[in-house]
Amino acid sequence: MKFAHLLTAATVALGLAGAALADGHAKTKVGFVYVGPVGDGGWTYEHDQGRLAVEEAFGDKVETVYVENVAEGPDSERVMTQMALDGADLIFTTSFGYMDPTNNVAAKFPDVKFEHATGYKRLHPNVSTYSARFYEGRAVQGHIAGKMTKTNVIGYIASYPIPEVIRGINSSFLHAKKVNPDVEMKIIWVYTWFDPAKEADAAKALIDQGADVVLQHTDSTAPQAAAAEAGGIVTFGQASDMSEYGPFPRVSSIIDNWAPYYIARTQAVMDGTWESVDTWDGIPTGMVEIGEITDAVPADVKAEAMGMIEAIRTGAYHPFTGPLNKQDGTVWLADGEVADDGTLLGMNFYLEGITDTVPQ
Amino acid sequence: MDLSSISLTLLIATLMAAATPILFAALGELIVEKAGVLNLGVEGMMITGAVCGFVVTIETGQPYLGFVAGAVGAALVSLLFAFLTQVTLANQVASGLALTLFGLGLSSLIGQEYVGLRPERTPNLFPEAWAEWPVVGPILFGHDLILYFGLGMAVAIWAFLRLSRAGLILRAVGESHDAAHALGYKVVRIRTLAIVFGGAMAGMGGAYLSLVRVPQWTEGMTAGIGWIALALVVFASWKPGRVLLGAYLFGGLDQLQLRLQGAGVAIPVEYLAMSPYLITILVLVLLSGDRAGAPAALGRTFHASG
Repeated sequence: MKFAHLLTAATVALGLAGAALADGHAKTKVGFVYVGPVGDGGWTYEHDQGRLAVEEAFGDKVETVYVENVAEGPDSERVMTQMALDGADLIFTTSFGYMDPTNNVAAKFPDVKFEHATGYKRLHPNVSTYSARFYEGRAVQGHIAGKMTKTNVIGYIASYPIPEVIRGINSSFLHAKKVNPDVEMKIIWVYTWFDPAKEADAAKALIDQGADVVLQHTDSTAPQAAAAEAGGIVTFGQASDMSEYGPFPRVSSIIDNWAPYYIARTQAVMDGTWESVDTWDGIPTGMVEIGEITDAVPADVKAEAMGMIEAIRTGAYHPFTGPLNKQDGTVWLADGEVADDGTLLGMNFYLEGITDTVPQ
Repeated sequence: MDLSSISLTLLIATLMAAATPILFAALGELIVEKAGVLNLGVEGMMITGAVCGFVVTIETGQPYLGFVAGAVGAALVSLLFAFLTQVTLANQVASGLALTLFGLGLSSLIGQEYVGLRPERTPNLFPEAWAEWPVVGPILFGHDLILYFGLGMAVAIWAFLRLSRAGLILRAVGESHDAAHALGYKVVRIRTLAIVFGGAMAGMGGAYLSLVRVPQWTEGMTAGIGWIALALVVFASWKPGRVLLGAYLFGGLDQLQLRLQGAGVAIPVEYLAMSPYLITILVLVLLSGDRAGAPAALGRTFHASG
């Protein structure tokens, strides 16, 4: 009992000391919680590039910390709590499954700012959400994929059945179908963001079943390696350029560029102007970039893809523009109608022509 | 739904490759546990093997040398565990977990310069023409030497434990280290050898992952396979034959469920995704209706004064 009291007292004392330091400390401390390793070559790698950019931009005025390989769910709550206790002023939690943990921890630390990537819950004034319109990049991928497939089978390695992933499937399928009406999409759910062996297995399974284009919504470069091994398969870099697998099989990529956002938000904390916001940027602001389209893509297809990127950049084209039907044939968007963000954020249905069912 | 798009031949050939890393790691852990030591560091040893094998293959262009390096590298880190648990008598569970963390950190340090490279392809053991025979070709002759070596190890370990005097001594150490000690057997030495063997096998499995199954190096690429291997040893009741069965069953079901998804089968994806775990556990638990239990001294610390 006595020992427990001592511990409690010590904890309180430490907490007070921490609070005292927090007021006067010169450095702004920014924490990052990663779902995979920083060396995954994809999603987490790009977030870490953003962290390094923050360090570069602010130098001595900022201190960054990160924890990698944090499982979604309760374990992430422990990691975030520890970061907040260690004096972080701003914490970026970079995976969808951190949504509830982020809000739970934010409730306990009202003075710490939290930024959750790809989620939609902002239950407290110290929580912001941010994401990128990856579906804009998926539209470009779908166009190239539809033009380049010879077997008319496009494989898709999907992670978890959440709106972000389903949007990507719909967007790429829609744009492949536009240029190639015979195209079919085979979707495999691997229920993980990062597991190279499983991602490679899924790629092989798709290739064995006739896919000659493989799109991935997982974080590692393993599907690229599997495609290179199989030969003659087209892939796209996901979340990061993955240029080490170019010019073939990787013919282009979606790159998430988080650095400007991370720098701006850190600046806001320093200035005391930070507010809870919901950011969803895409190609126009540069949060989504399209990696180099290699010469393995025919010149005319490349030109069309570049045209689409430009149209999205200027706002002339929205990837989800009607007429579009849902999978069951009911009308989703009338002719010329553009999808609203609310529907897109909650998208839980496939478009007409996809034969699979959405896992519930 | 189009089941005809699933080629059974390709499925079996792929599952053999997919099961090999787990098979190696689980067989190694089986020997360690039979000697009475619980090493939870399989994941750490596997990833050390994966990076060592990859680095050496890239530097020398020799995949076989890579496999040897993977085994040696993982055996070396397992020595750390042996030192902690056999010499300083540290807690085995804590030491094993520490080994996993150490292996993950060490491997990402070693592998930093090797991301995105392609290793030399591990050649098939048999002439390519044999592998083109219908059905039996890809299954029996379409693999590399290491895969056959893994199968051979399952048989060798079975024979070692069942038929050899050395195997009997190893089991004696695992059942009652005090009795074995009283008979004059060097408990610490035997356990250390078992731990190093387990490390080498886990390293082989890891190298198979980075050189054949994925072929690339990515930080943290084992992503839990070591833990599955650990669980497999328990569910297989510490029997090499069942370890082999479990590894192939698990690998096979996982490959099958991915292909069923691709074929658009009308089974909810969630059930498909969990089926490898469920069915493997179910089958092995049903098989283990006999008396076979854990080695009696498993996880217990031995000191000669005891």
